Amino acid sequence: MRRALVLPLAAFLLVFFVVPLAGLLSLAVREVEVPRALPRTLAALQGWQSPQPLPPPLWGAFAQDLVEARAASTLADAARRLNYEVNGVRSTLMRAAREADGATAGQAFDAAFFEAVDPALASTAFFAAAQRAQGPLSSYYLLASLDLVRDGQGRIERAPESHRIYLDVLLRTLSISATVTLLTLLMGFPVALLLTQVQPRTADWLMVLVLLPFWTSLLVRTAAWVVVLQKEGMVNSLLLAVGLISEPLTLLYNRTGVLVAMTHVLLPFMILPLYSVLRGIPPQYMRAAASLGAPPATAFVRVFVPLAAPGVAAGSLMVFILALGYYITPALVGGGSDQMLSYFVATYTTDTGNWGLAAALGLLMLVTTLVLYGAAHRLSRGRVMAMS
Amino acid sequence: MKRTLVTTFVTAAALALAASAALAQRDLTVVSWGGAYQDGQKEVYFKPFNAAGTKLVDESWDGGLGVLRTKIKGGNNTWDVVQVEADELEVGCDEGLYEKLDAARIGGAARYLPGTLHACGVGAIIYNLVLAYDGDKLKTAPAGWADFFDAKKIPGKRSIRNGAKWNLEIALIADGVPAADVYKVLATPAGVDRAFARLDSIKPDLVFWKSGAQPPQMLAAGDVVMTTAYNGRITAANEKDKKNFKMVWKDTPYTMDSWVIMKGTPNKANAEKLLEFMGRAENQAKLPKYVRYGVTAAAAAPLVDKSLNAELPTNPEILKQAFAENPKFWIDNGDKLAERWTKWAGTK
Repeated sequence: MRRALVLPLAAFLLVFFVVPLAGLLSLAVREVEVPRALPRTLAALQGWQSPQPLPPPLWGAFAQDLVEARAASTLADAARRLNYEVNGVRSTLMRAAREADGATAGQAFDAAFFEAVDPALASTAFFAAAQRAQGPLSSYYLLASLDLVRDGQGRIERAPESHRIYLDVLLRTLSISATVTLLTLLMGFPVALLLTQVQPRTADWLMVLVLLPFWTSLLVRTAAWVVVLQKEGMVNSLLLAVGLISEPLTLLYNRTGVLVAMTHVLLPFMILPLYSVLRGIPPQYMRAAASLGAPPATAFVRVFVPLAAPGVAAGSLMVFILALGYYITPALVGGGSDQMLSYFVATYTTDTGNWGLAAALGLLMLVTTLVLYGAAHRLSRGRVMAMS
Repeated sequence: MKRTLVTTFVTAAALALAASAALAQRDLTVVSWGGAYQDGQKEVYFKPFNAAGTKLVDESWDGGLGVLRTKIKGGNNTWDVVQVEADELEVGCDEGLYEKLDAARIGGAARYLPGTLHACGVGAIIYNLVLAYDGDKLKTAPAGWADFFDAKKIPGKRSIRNGAKWNLEIALIADGVPAADVYKVLATPAGVDRAFARLDSIKPDLVFWKSGAQPPQMLAAGDVVMTTAYNGRITAANEKDKKNFKMVWKDTPYTMDSWVIMKGTPNKANAEKLLEFMGRAENQAKLPKYVRYGVTAAAAAPLVDKSLNAELPTNPEILKQAFAENPKFWIDNGDKLAERWTKWAGTK
């Protein structure tokens, strides 16, 4: 019966997290636009394969589909989907629909009718793309998220060099996250150590300083970094004034800016788990090591560090996983080659409305995160899981 | 156990339904681009309209068809009148996201300049993407895009919008293509290659901006020596922050934003009333004082304060140097070019 107490939370998670998430991710493999708009066309294409000549009954079915789908406002979605694979047909499909609608009653439609609007609309490549998008499932978006495409015969090959994007972005996302994790560890460890060694009153005050940025909006902190790092900003003015540099440094709209801002934003997530572990290490252990003859450095490395390892692992994992999902900070202080995966998820969701690709990229990130998490779990023999 | 779960589920669903029913009764909601621009719209349109008796609230957004699609297809639309860009107007209209517009109910077609009335929307403002620089800092004044793309003549960082739209056009113009032929050249793969090659020539000096507020800020901070920018933002920086930013209008693309009414809104009649109010020449004529964008009522131009004309996109002197953006080109080619742009911008 006690277990029933978690039911409200379980139901909440199910309704507001698991179901929507699964629904969104399923967009990565579902094809709905083309089968909804062009059912007769797809039926007429039954049994047809790409290099063969197109079957003549196709044209009448295609025209009827276009007219009806346009009236039902479903054609634009299908046109967008097909335009991903056959560049340029988005507006010509709409135009073909208008012209088919305006054609005199009883007009017979043929390839020439559509060729007159746009030769692409009468091409085998176009109908092969429509066939691949006939659903209910397809691998188009998943392949696209891995920089892969299908050629005319349906074979998988790498996208043209100038369109290979996402694997690079994934590597970049991992490398930025790893660098930020390392930087927060290097800066956070001494702070966490200091917190355990000062008077409780002082520790309280220092803790407020750690938490203060934690309570400030992410956007505000990032915008503040823009002011600090810009060409005539505080850092450059200071360095110029003391004569360390003669030309202002470029600290913004590049990788430096991203690393500085993200490290600052994520620092509390490293310090807090570290602090909670370091505080639990009894000072007697270090004294015991010293009394047994270990020099301070040896005692630190052989006694303190192993005891601190769970905190390091928990903090690092927390920072790393949070960093993977960053997009506002790189968008504001980074350049074109510093954007991370979630930037593209956001762009495809809100700007262009390519939800299939957004879902596929989200899935790519989720899988990568789970794989890394699993690897960390195995390597640390379960300690990471217990701590975070 | 199982029944408890079902009960919880049903209760949650019922609560959600009740909440959405409560939202259905709402004030007329108008959505624009925020910032100094929307502040101006508030003074000129929203407050007087409110005072005339119809309650109105205004919100702002950053654009994106995905946002509108979510609102309509998700079935929880809270917006009535939205200002959209040219390609959002076209595609959203095809997708059935907007109400069809009855010109008679918003003052009649004759009231508006030719080309500003669309089946789904009515023009709100006309604006240019100009070349801007700080007159106090830059010694050699750029004469046009060719100078913008010449890192030897004018050294230093320059910023452009992060995206293919408009950048490929100006790159071709810098490369010697007449503005009138830009879209013809860009329609060929060789033309696209040519535009990217020209962008390559200044790549080490390029910085990207995302929101329209960034370019004047980058100029002011000295991060860049030149930038592309929306003309109204530059004028606003000069007037508000006492800057001496200069603009080059030659061969700059201009485009129009439109007002649309969201599909299925319960406030349709009031939305039309608002569009009619915002379409009146005497109301539109007041907008350029706040933000220097052109307006769409045919009779508005003579009413605009003459002193504002020098930096107004609809000034015939400016209009004849500029060229119209072609939204159809971007609707068809935007997806593929966005991929190529991303790849290009992401590699050193």
